[in-house]
Amino acid sequence: MRALSCHVPLLSLAILLGGCGEVWNNPYPSQDGGGNILYSAFTERPKHLDPVQSYSEDEAEFNSQIYEPPLQYHYLKRPYELVPLTAEAVPRPRYVDAAGRAVAAESPKVAFSVYEIRIRPGILYQPHPAFARDGDGKLRYHDLARQDLQGVHSLRDFPHSGTRELTAEDYVYQIKRLAHPRLHSPVFGLMSEYIVGLKEFAERLKQADAALAAGGRRNAWLDLSQFPLEGVQAVDRYTYRIRIRGRYPQFAYWLAMNFFAPVPVEVDRFFAQPGMAEKNLTLDWYPVGTGPYMLTENNPNARMVLERNPNFRGEPYPSEGEPADAGAGLFDDAGKRMPFIDKVVFSREREGIPYWNKFLQGYYDSSGISSDSFDQAVRLSVEGEAGVSPEMAEKGIRLETSVGTATRYFAFNWLDPLVGGSQPDAASRERAKKLRQAISIALDWEEFISIFANGRGISAQGPIPPGIFGFRAGEAGINPVVYDWSNGAPRRKSLNVARRLLAEAGYPDGRDAKSGQPLVLYLDTTDRGPGDKPRLDWYRKQFARLPIQLEIRGTDYNRFQEKVRKGAAQMFAWGWNADYPDPENFLFLFHGPQSRARTQGENAANYANPEYDRLFQQVKHMENGPARQALIDRMMAILHEDAPWSFGFHPKDYGLIHGWVSNLKPNNMARNGLKYRRIDAAQRERRRAEWNRPVLWPLGIVAVLLAASAAPALWGWRRREQARGRA
Amino acid sequence: MLAYVIRRLFYAIPILIGVNLLTFTLFFVVNTPDDMARMQLGVKRVTPEAIEKWKAERGYDKPLLYNENAAGAARLTDTIFFEKSAKLFVFDFGRADDGRDIGHEIKTRMGPSLAIAVPTFLLGLFVTVSFALLLAFFRATNLDFWGVVLCVAMMSISSLFYIIGGQYLVSKVWHLVPISGYAGGLDAARFLLLPVLISVVAGIGSSTRWYRTIFLEEIGKDYVRTARAKGLSEAAVLFRHVLRNAMIPILTGVVVVIPLLFMGSLLVESFFGIPGLGSYTIDAINAQDFAVVRAMVFIGSVLYIVGLLLTDLSYTLVDPRVRLQ
Repeated sequence: MRALSCHVPLLSLAILLGGCGEVWNNPYPSQDGGGNILYSAFTERPKHLDPVQSYSEDEAEFNSQIYEPPLQYHYLKRPYELVPLTAEAVPRPRYVDAAGRAVAAESPKVAFSVYEIRIRPGILYQPHPAFARDGDGKLRYHDLARQDLQGVHSLRDFPHSGTRELTAEDYVYQIKRLAHPRLHSPVFGLMSEYIVGLKEFAERLKQADAALAAGGRRNAWLDLSQFPLEGVQAVDRYTYRIRIRGRYPQFAYWLAMNFFAPVPVEVDRFFAQPGMAEKNLTLDWYPVGTGPYMLTENNPNARMVLERNPNFRGEPYPSEGEPADAGAGLFDDAGKRMPFIDKVVFSREREGIPYWNKFLQGYYDSSGISSDSFDQAVRLSVEGEAGVSPEMAEKGIRLETSVGTATRYFAFNWLDPLVGGSQPDAASRERAKKLRQAISIALDWEEFISIFANGRGISAQGPIPPGIFGFRAGEAGINPVVYDWSNGAPRRKSLNVARRLLAEAGYPDGRDAKSGQPLVLYLDTTDRGPGDKPRLDWYRKQFARLPIQLEIRGTDYNRFQEKVRKGAAQMFAWGWNADYPDPENFLFLFHGPQSRARTQGENAANYANPEYDRLFQQVKHMENGPARQALIDRMMAILHEDAPWSFGFHPKDYGLIHGWVSNLKPNNMARNGLKYRRIDAAQRERRRAEWNRPVLWPLGIVAVLLAASAAPALWGWRRREQARGRA
Repeated sequence: MLAYVIRRLFYAIPILIGVNLLTFTLFFVVNTPDDMARMQLGVKRVTPEAIEKWKAERGYDKPLLYNENAAGAARLTDTIFFEKSAKLFVFDFGRADDGRDIGHEIKTRMGPSLAIAVPTFLLGLFVTVSFALLLAFFRATNLDFWGVVLCVAMMSISSLFYIIGGQYLVSKVWHLVPISGYAGGLDAARFLLLPVLISVVAGIGSSTRWYRTIFLEEIGKDYVRTARAKGLSEAAVLFRHVLRNAMIPILTGVVVVIPLLFMGSLLVESFFGIPGLGSYTIDAINAQDFAVVRAMVFIGSVLYIVGLLLTDLSYTLVDPRVRLQ
């Protein structure tokens, strides 16, 4: 009996763990085993799921599976190409003059661009209580009082749901929501410059909202359908029209973003009812769309679950792509109806170590590679080609790489009297330019990529990354101020060239030629502690090679942003991720009127060059073609010569994927990639069982050790007690 | 006793105001309302108008502590500090800066935090007190010496090492439990085994040494000598007399911790993916969400005060000589 009681805890443990199936460390419910489920993870909880507010990639990972804007990016084709999603076709703008008469695209009389978008009929929304109707056809849950919501904590607590067909009005309604006074759309400022009447519409809504508040109905539903928006109208049930000021060909890219996804008026009204927001029942928490998946569990503290939308119409897998796609098996499902996966489970992983280990155990289907696990996961060949390590290859894991549509850079503040370009006299400007050029040569980004990014990046010759129109590969694309073309590759110029430029700038040997004082420059950057020290030391070393004394002004990100905003930072390192695959989205970072310090624009370096600005105005409205390329080349030449940035590098994305995942091709623009993926759940189940067999001998050792250490204590106890008894 | 409790509760009010003021000052020394708005609105394409609108909607457009433009009492009440603090005293935590209900989050996350904290606390107390009694029993022997050495070694190791080492051995190499995650109901046990085990083991060193010191101090007292002289066994002396008399210093350290169990563990919850209040606080700090930070600091302060009060009350239970007036 006594022996049995000693073993009760161990027995209970064994029974508890044994209940989990043949593997004990599976973090998912045993009933999900073998299911057609994709497992992924997220680090940061999404802040917004309302498509009018959401702008981060983390959030798009969820929203883009649920919401369907009219357009999307082709999954396989490169360069990136827009294709219809809910639209019948990619809209071609019609250009009109101020009087509304049609004019040619190149005509200087173009006053407006008109986009007419026709959506496909028969597209249905996911099941949702906002659409539920009673026997009389009335919406069931649209006149709820606060007390009706007692006992309601999530959408599952509404017993009825319904659906309805997607209409053009839903798209119009969402565009109106960009101007909603209670919402914060990050693109409202930009869109109000283009969409005719949006600014005035916002003012009217503001007044209407104020009137509601004054009438004691603060936060009551503001029915946007009652307010006409001049530039956006539904033409018929399936067609809507957007009128844009002037020419803005990049507008089509915005039509592939969730800001332009449909939101039905019923849903807006449903969530606006009293008591809903207090229970977190908002569109910001429960997205409603027509996409292949719907969010069925939203617990951003632990996990979020997407399940197949039963009302999804199905969409054929693409049958065109790049030549290499066929060999990679990316056409195996061509023409089949998507999505292929029933359910996607996203688990919250705040720390990298558990995430990585669970991936290796087969509990996540794909993973990024942190610096800590890079050596374990990746091997570089003699030619510099990246591949998986033998350990990964043995597990059937494969590596997918792609150059991101992003640029990391080192900026010189154009307003700074020493390194900038706004000095009143030409001689000072020339000196500052040579100083910037010298620093651009000295900053060895190839070394930076090797040390701090494990080789995951390519050095940048300009702001435009590969894969975006305007990027030139090879000798034609190099930055001649910083690189020479040698043996078929760009070679950074020697430090002697940089030192000569420094001397010409008036600082021979890093000292002011007139005063003899050493040249001291300041780098503003974020400094999060000892982890950042190697990076900051690297910058110091690069400047010391010229030699220039570099002072680091480390601070937190908020202060850093504030300094850049006020134009108070002399030099700083930052980055830009593309919104859309058009050169304009990079070239505007140097557009003078968008100076950060002057207008709070995105030109963080506050660069200004009248010729560049003039060319930018031309380029931004042009269609891709030789003429546009020629102008971009000229703009690149200006940037190379002026060197407002030391063009750092374009980061490379590395991802690891288990062998049971197929149809995965990195796509830096499309976020709606889950519908294309397929998994072999049976293979995954086998591999998991093989990789996670419980090792039981340590339990036995622990038991023996405990017994071994308890025995002498027990023996000593008895001996003492007996000794006391005898005494 | 009741008068004492009521008096102590009244004392708590200025303490809580002070804590609130301190939190407020520290937070806004580091973050401005503009920073908070930018954090919520994102980095890209944020206009000054959007920032002003965000601040106005949440009341962050007012002066921090003193409103020069107001009249009378409004100079103090029409401020961010007053508006954000006053409701806390009726436990109305309002909404987080991202618009979500803080009270609901706290209710939801309290369970997972307690699911780790309570077993860790009880099991840890049992293990460390037992181990300390054992060392006290074998005082001045090799067992005692090596036991103390083990304790010093264990308390010298960072808790992060226990977590990473535990996850590596138990989950990654031996495949006995999931590395991280959480599930509701009975299924939670699978996810709690490892964090509880690690938390208990990580606490053994310091707690055992503390309790051993207390027991050794008691063992040297006259009443213990008297008990032994009466012929009581060492076990009876230890459990019936020493343990009971050592309760006051033990209670001082233990009871005050009980209410704080609600607050969760920042590190353990983060590494094991437990959706508790510890990770909620960490998230809020990272997101510069003042509404959540102040709510969590306020609750922590209230619980600490309650813990101290419970400690005082528990003295009367274990020591009849103590009377609260």
